[in-house]
Formats: sequence, C-alpha cells, structure tokens
Amino acid sequence: MVNLVIDNKQVTVPEGTTVLEAARKVNIDIPTLCFLKEINEVGDCRMCIVEIEGRRGFCASCIQKVEEGMVVHTNSPAVISARRTILDLILSNHHRDCLTCVRNGNCELQALAEKLNITDVRYDGVKNEYEIDDKSPSIVRDFNKCILCRRCVATCNKVQNIGAISACQRGFASCVSTVGNESLNDVNCTFCGQCIESCPTGALHEKYSINEVWEKLRDENAYVVVQTAPAVRVALGEEFGMEIGTNVTGKMVTALKNLGFDKVFDTNTGADFTIMEEGTEFIKRLKEKDNLPMITSCSPGWVKFIEANYPENLPHLSSCKSPHEMFGALIKTYYAAKNKINPEKIYVVSVMPCIAKKYERQREEMKENGLYDVDCVITTRELARMIKQANIDFTNLEDSSFDDPMGEATGAGAIFGVTGGVMEAALRSVSEILTGKELEKIDFKEVRGQKGIRKATIEIGKDEIKVVVATGLSNAREIMEEIKQGKADYQFVEIMACPGGCIMGGGQPIKSSKIRATVNVQKKRADAMYTIDEKSKIRKSHENPVLKKIYKEYLGEPGGHLAHEILHTHYEAKPKYRILDNLN
Amino acid sequence: MDRSILEGDPHSVLESMIIAGFAIGANQGYIYVRAEYPIAVQRFSVAIKQAREYGLLGKNIFGTNFSFDVEVRLGAGAFVCGEETALLESIEGKRGQPRIKPPYPANAGLWGKPTLINNVETYANITRIILNGADWYSSIGTEGSKGTKVFALGGNVVNVGLVEVPMGTTLREIVYDIGGGIPNGRDFKAAQTGGPSGGCIPKEHLDTPIDYESLKQIGSMMGSGGLIIMDDTKCMVNLAKFYLSFTVDESCGKCTPCRIGTKRMLELLEKISGGEGTLEDVEKLEELANSIPKTAICGLGQSAPNPVLSTFKYFREEYLEHVQEKVCKTGECKALAKIQIHEDKCKGCGMCKRNCPVEAISGEPGKIHHIDETKCIKCGTCISVCPFHAIG
Repeated sequence: MVNLVIDNKQVTVPEGTTVLEAARKVNIDIPTLCFLKEINEVGDCRMCIVEIEGRRGFCASCIQKVEEGMVVHTNSPAVISARRTILDLILSNHHRDCLTCVRNGNCELQALAEKLNITDVRYDGVKNEYEIDDKSPSIVRDFNKCILCRRCVATCNKVQNIGAISACQRGFASCVSTVGNESLNDVNCTFCGQCIESCPTGALHEKYSINEVWEKLRDENAYVVVQTAPAVRVALGEEFGMEIGTNVTGKMVTALKNLGFDKVFDTNTGADFTIMEEGTEFIKRLKEKDNLPMITSCSPGWVKFIEANYPENLPHLSSCKSPHEMFGALIKTYYAAKNKINPEKIYVVSVMPCIAKKYERQREEMKENGLYDVDCVITTRELARMIKQANIDFTNLEDSSFDDPMGEATGAGAIFGVTGGVMEAALRSVSEILTGKELEKIDFKEVRGQKGIRKATIEIGKDEIKVVVATGLSNAREIMEEIKQGKADYQFVEIMACPGGCIMGGGQPIKSSKIRATVNVQKKRADAMYTIDEKSKIRKSHENPVLKKIYKEYLGEPGGHLAHEILHTHYEAKPKYRILDNLN
Repeated sequence: MDRSILEGDPHSVLESMIIAGFAIGANQGYIYVRAEYPIAVQRFSVAIKQAREYGLLGKNIFGTNFSFDVEVRLGAGAFVCGEETALLESIEGKRGQPRIKPPYPANAGLWGKPTLINNVETYANITRIILNGADWYSSIGTEGSKGTKVFALGGNVVNVGLVEVPMGTTLREIVYDIGGGIPNGRDFKAAQTGGPSGGCIPKEHLDTPIDYESLKQIGSMMGSGGLIIMDDTKCMVNLAKFYLSFTVDESCGKCTPCRIGTKRMLELLEKISGGEGTLEDVEKLEELANSIPKTAICGLGQSAPNPVLSTFKYFREEYLEHVQEKVCKTGECKALAKIQIHEDKCKGCGMCKRNCPVEAISGEPGKIHHIDETKCIKCGTCISVCPFHAIG
C-alpha cells in the first residue's frame, strides 16, 4: 500500500493506483476530459492536472501513479488557474452552440464549463471549420465539436481493433480523420458506433431518423408498426434519469402507443424466430459436418466486419437475418396477409440499441417482394428524444403490454441483447431438439460474463459440443484468425460487434467517463436482461406459442423453403474501402 | 551542425554507437535522420557499408560474442521528432508524437525495450574522450559544462558558419572575435540561442559565459546550438512572432496547451504586431506564456513560449510601444512602421531612392531626401541600405 496526502487528506491506496483514482477514493472529484478508463489513459487534454510538491510542472493525475509520501494539491490557486486556462483554450476552438447540440445536457465539456464556472472565453481566436460528414446511413461526424480527446480513436483502434480513424495533420490543424480524409461511409468503419459512446461532446452521433418517423405517424394512409430490441428496455429509462439497468418494458410500450404507433411488437419474438432458424441450421451443419464452426449473424457491425475483413470465413456465417429483419419480413408477409393489409402501406420502425442496424436495413439483401423488411431504424436515444418531444411524462407512465399476436416472446429472446445470450438461447433449443428431452437446467452460465472471449464445452445428451462467445471486434478478429488458420476446434461461435453485446451498443444512452470508470454499466444492464429471462413464463424459443402457430399456419418447417426465403439471406465479400469507387 | 558531422565524419558517430552498444549490451542501433538531408543519409549509409566490410558491424565482431548492427531510419522532417520519445515513435513507424514519461527510454524505449538515445554531437565526442582520456576532456570547458560546443552562427554577424568553442566562451568572444562583429556598423541588439525553443540574450549579457547553467539562468538554452545574432534593426515582437509561428507549425497537436495555446499566443502576437494590440492582449500573452510551460506534455510545448518570455524579460518596452504608442521603431512590424528620414543624418547619397521598390523617395543628390507616405509600403529596404542610419 502507498500513503500519500491529497488536499491535506491522508490517503492509502494500492501501488499502481493513479492520483485520479486515489483522489476519487476520498471524494475529490478531479475533472477529466480525454480520460477513458482502460481505453484512453494518455494525459493529453491536461484537464486533470494537479500540483505535486517537488515537481516542476503540473502532472496529469489520470496517468500519474501514486508514490509514497507524495503531497498532491488538486485545487491550489495555481492549478485552478492553469486548469481554467486549458478549458478556456479548448472552448476557444469549439463551436459553442450548446442549445442546438445533440449532447445538450449530456456533454462532458458542457459539464466542465459549468463546474469550472466559465462565464466567458478569455483566449478566443480563430476556429477550425470542418464540413460535416453525414454520408453514411449510420453515423454523423461533426468535427466542429471535436476537442481532440481521441477517445474515439482509442476505442476504434484499441477496443475494436478496426483503425478506421486516427489523428491526422499536426498542431492546430490536428484532427481525427480517416484514410484519405474520406467519409466513414467509404472506409473500413463497421458502424459499431462505439466511438459515439466514447465521445464526450457532440462530435459524433447517429444519423437521425426521427423526422421520418414523425412524418409516417402523421400519415393516415401509413400503417406504422414499431418493434423494440431486447436491449432497449433495460437502458431507455436512463435517458429519463432512472437507475442504470432499470427494466422499463411496460412504460416503453405505453410510450410507444402514446406516440401513435398502430402496433407495438417485441423484437424478442423475432429473436425466437432467429433461434429456431439458426438452431435448425446449426443442427443440420453439425450432422453434416458442414462449414463448422457456424457463426451467428445477428450483429450487423460484425457482419460488415467479416464481409470486409475475412471473406474467406464467410461460409461459416449463419445465413439467418438478424431478429428485427426477420420480424420485419414476417410483418410484411404473414401479418399483412392475415390482417389483409397492403404490405406497401406498412411502415416498420425498429427501435434498436445499435447504429449499424441503420446500415443493415438499407442492404439490398434485406428485401421481400421489393419491399424493405424494415423501413426505419431509430436508436434508444432517438426514442427517448421522441418521447420527450411528445410531452410524455415517461417516469410516471402506467405499464402496458406488447400487441398480439406477435407480442409474445420468451426469456431466450430477451437475453439476445447481452453477450452470450444468443448462444445460451440457441443451446436451450438445440439441446432439447437434439435429445428430445427437457433440460434439467436451462441456464448456461458458462457462456455468460464479461470476458471478451469465453470458450466452453457443452454436453448435449451423450455428445459434447465446443462453443465460443466473442464480444467486441478485436476479440472477433482473434476468433477469425483461429478459423482462418484451421485452429478452431469448436462448432458454434457467437459474435457481437459491441463489447458486452447489444446492451452496450452504439445506440444506447451515453455514459460519461466518470460513470464508466466507477459503475459497471455492462453488468447492471446484463443483470436486468437475465432477470427478465428468469421471470419469463416461457424461457425456450421453440416453446413460444406464437412461433408454433406461425410455422404451422404459414412458414412450414424451420429451415424449410419459405422460411429460407423470408428469414434467411446471403452474405458476401464486400470491399473494405470504397475510395476507389469514388475516384471512378 | 549535426548534419555536418554526419556528412563530414560519419564514422565518428558510428564508432561511438558500436561502443555504446557494447557498453550496454545492445545489438541493434538506429540512426534517425531527416529525409531532407540526403547527403547525410547517403554518407552515413556508405559508412555503415564500410564498417560492415571491415567487420566492425555485424555478427561476432572481431570474433567476440558481441554482435551489433546499425540501421538508418528516415524522418519526415517534424521538429517534434527531435524530442526523444517522439523520435522513438517515428522509428516505430507511428505518428511522431511524444510519449508520456515515465517510463523513460532507458526503461522502456524503442519497441518497449530499454534504449540508450543520444544526440549526434554527443556520440561524436565519445571516441575522442576514449582516445584522449576523460581528464583531457574535462580540462576543456567550465565546472558544470565540459568540453566544447559547436554553434551554428548566423544572422547579423560578419562571419557566419559553424564554430566550435570551449564551453564557457563568452557571447562577446563568439560575436566579435570569431564572428567578426556586426556588419554595416550596426549595433548588437540580441542573440537567440537554442533555436525557436530558446530565448534571446540582450546586450547586457554579452559577457555571459556560454554554458548550460548560465544560459538557463538568463532565460535561454543551449538547445541544438543555433546562435542567431540580431542587430538594432530587428524588432523583438516580430522576432517572438517569427519563432512562435515555427513552433505552432511544428506542434504535434497532442496536448491542449501546445496545440491551441501556442496558436492563441501567435494570434495575440500577430494582433500586437499588426497594430491592433491592447494592454490586455499583452497581459493575456504573458499569462499563456507562463502557463504553457507548466502544462504542456513535452519539451516542445514547454519551451515554445521561451522567445516570448525572454523578449518580455529584456524588451518589454517594445511590446508596450507597439500597443500604447502604436509604433514599431524598427519598422519590421509594417502596420506600425513610421519610416522617416532624419534630416540631421541624411547626406543625400541617394541609396534609399535607388533601392526603393515603389519610388516613394525623392530628393536631389547631396540634398535631404523625403519619403512619400502615400506611396511607401513600409518594406524597410531604405532603412537597411542607408549607410548613415538616417532612416528609421
């Protein structure tokens, strides 16, 4: 243990602790900006500077390790003045249009300006001016709001190992950019959106689709159906000040009904279909020893990644569409026919914790009879904005239930939103279908958890299958290399692009650096998902009566001809960069 | 100066690197040279080739267990890559920007391995010290700064070029004895040592011995050994602006104070030099100049305000003239230049008239000349050509 004094308080912390962490232990809240725990610990922005007795200059507390006998001043007049100067300089090159900024009220820079009592910007001068990059279907970059903390760069490079963005130019002209300064649309970005989650300001956000939804809701000829992904319900409440990991399913459904959607369905049901299809596909491949291991395909950022980076591994990818696409396709076919609604009039909105889904829904493969399966994707954050816009007092809403007949879902469908969930849901159904016996224990805890790669051996009857769960694209890359090099001794792989799965998706409520450093957001949201599963009446996808009915009435057998046509697609090699296309 | 060593005597550096490798147990060395110095690169590469042929580089040198080789790595000319950790990043093929210290290169340097990193001039001294002994080397120089130092002498001095002097030689000796004094009968105003990150030394410190400690004491530094002499036609506000514009360009952009702070300082200097400055601007400039050295990550940012700080220290009145009287006496800040011919000094030689690019000067030979202010573009040519210092 190391003893030191911070602002006259005696502190004892383990060796290797940073001054910032040590200060937080005694409730001294040193401001930070570029710091993102374990991801961006670089001391670049200099907001967290402190004075250490005996040192010449100030030290960045986010990287300065504690030393025995150290005497630290976090708030001496000299530090206050220097820190104020730093913030002033950052603000001097920032478009300070807070009122019209997407991050108004949830901006770390804005919060610092308030905390440091900034009432004017002393060192104002020229500002860098950049064009906004809104070419991609998923993500918008507004460099005018960028403060060069490079949290996005660290996330893209270190967490996701994609490297779509990097620091370019130098000095005052420094900026975060892509290869050739091209739009994110045309480079190796997977649209995972983790950069948005890392950004302290409004420099990165999803491409908005709210106005299109409002327009359709006002259109009397449109039959507007909404579906919500499993992970949305455990995070939406955070946008209304509720505790992280609060399950707000009932309030969310009520809010969606109040917003005027004609039908409110649950993507969890779509997830159950995915399990039936993916499970059937897996059983077939297992029996025929065909392209094993099979890899899940419900994460569109992940799909974009494999298509661009590991096309040789594509035969391993399940041909299943993702749950909301399956569900959208069923709404426009089965549901439309059954209720005698012209599918052309149906407008399917998916509320997703994801921004890659915005890209996915526009893929040409995601069409049925010339109609897109899903017409619009909005994020959890966008839904919260709509609810606020519509004067709905969310926290005081009564609960209501999803609409029938496609509103019933299982616990297996619910846990799709968390890493390991698809695997667990699949194992429940695959085991019972293969053995013909009811599982004694349906929790597969060996595939749960927060580790980036989890390998397990599962007994199914007398046989054993080896499975892998990988979360985050750097871990996905590791698995891809194993498969490519023929080292994969496993049969089934679940991959989600976002570390932690959909609950931590790029469309989820953004948590500040401080919350991320002090609260296990992933665990809280995951716990909420598993609680939903535990409390569900039905916890296995193949037992969902809605599924049974639709397969019987319409689709036929899982994996059958019609199911294949509607619920499956094909994934193919796609160029990593589209820059050459632009030149031609 | 380092370039001249690499071009003139590459083996002195190479041999010392081999010795250093032997001393610390390293078997790979790198020399980092800017690509803009092709002759240095070529000659050093030839030296490596020769050393390999002689068996001085490579596996099991002279039949011993010691193996050592050297590779040339080219830099793209970023100033910040002179900072040791930025240099290491650049050798690794990454963006040239400094690392956070600690860890220091001696613990975790190139590719994360303990690394000895030294300047070319340092290595060039090693073989001499080994051959002649430490006592010989210590006999040259001062108590705290041993040996000699090579300066790149330039600016308003008669003899420009590289000069090697024992540490402790006074600035006066360098300027007047070796440099041959100030040309055109002008007066010495200041000397900038240490390049753009250094500071200026005014007339009153001409007798300061040039060594590490003394330079630091008077607000300058040794740096790379640049030594620029300025005569009394030079404006110190303009000088600070010039040097700062260099560091602003060369900042890597990693930390806030250097990336934005130096830019704001330059803007303030431009404002003052452009005749728009106020006392508050001078105040702001000083605040930033005092704050940035304490908050920037690396040496580049920490020393960037030095030209401002040292001109503030020795020539504050010039800043005040610029903002209060709206005058730049040297005429270098054109917006504030008041160029006039002093009638008591003008001999009517006509030099100014002949050299004026816009024909703003009139006058008969042998009679007092006059400047038409409506035509004058304040280029300052007349000031510098007047043999009688009659214009200013």
